[in-house]
Amino acid sequence: MWQQLYSELKDKGFMVVAVAEESRGAEHARPWIEQAKSSYWQLIDTEHRLEDLYNLVNVPQAIWIDEQGKIVRPPETAGSTDHFRRMDLKTRTMSPEDQAERLAARQAYLDAVRAWVNTGKYALPADKTRAGLPKVTPEIAEARARFRLGVWLRTHDRAAEGDRQLATASKLYPDSWSMWRQAADLDEVGKAGGPEFWQRVQALGDKPYYPPPKL
Amino acid sequence: MTIILTPTAQHEVTAHDGLWMSAADAARATGWTLKPEGMCREAACVPMPAAAVKGDQVDVAAFWKKLGGPAIASDTRDVWALGAPAEERNAALEGLAAPDFTLPDVDGKPRSLSQLRGKKVFVATWASW
Repeated sequence: MWQQLYSELKDKGFMVVAVAEESRGAEHARPWIEQAKSSYWQLIDTEHRLEDLYNLVNVPQAIWIDEQGKIVRPPETAGSTDHFRRMDLKTRTMSPEDQAERLAARQAYLDAVRAWVNTGKYALPADKTRAGLPKVTPEIAEARARFRLGVWLRTHDRAAEGDRQLATASKLYPDSWSMWRQAADLDEVGKAGGPEFWQRVQALGDKPYYPPPKL
Repeated sequence: MTIILTPTAQHEVTAHDGLWMSAADAARATGWTLKPEGMCREAACVPMPAAAVKGDQVDVAAFWKKLGGPAIASDTRDVWALGAPAEERNAALEGLAAPDFTLPDVDGKPRSLSQLRGKKVFVATWASW
């Protein structure tokens, strides 16, 4: 997904780390990784550790980190948009206008990454980066622990018990699409994008599924 | 044998009556050491209620709650998840030093963010689901 960007910028001190939030494990992610023919890092995060550390809630989300290891943009949607919500579900197609807007938004995001690498533009000052960080609450912390336990139980043949922990985690942190969709996928591959997913997306109303980055 | 899941590791300890265990097991599983002033890690010490320490034994569930972190048990209390306290996560992020992580690549080779110091790093998530 990011290979072109990486090829273009790798000689300018730039690195891409793609992290698969994939509780089914490396073999489940492998076909996508091989198809991407990427030369940047492709890492496997079965327990969603990165999401815990950085308080991420969906994929794709990105964090920009500078040469000193400092966060210069808080977690934000990495190139995806909400146009899919208006897609014709029978034919799985978008209107040409939506398709064009979607590609333009993605291009604008990629251009912002390029500008950051080339000139430092779009790196935020510390106060703005801080202001954009999502706050971890005790409910979120509990949800993360229950998610961790639920995934462990699931992978140790205790599916029913694991599912209960995962369901409680989603109730405690309803904003996390990753928790809900990962749990659905563990239950059955495909369920994460099935009718229940679309009902949850519809229930968002005017709220975004992919909040646009504030570039 | 009781299994303790922390945000980054899994430990096996000998526990009884919930998460009562030896101070040695507690230190191995949590990184906090029992001292007269409480449970300590580096310069920080968390005073322990008298009811949560008996000789060399410590109630790690009580300690974890005192620390402000979630301690979640499986139905039969044979597996526990000790989550990071919310305030610990917030403080780490607000400092803006990108929290380090080590994750395997698709062939199992571990990679750490800290290996990339000196580069601009774009960390992006994805999933098959």
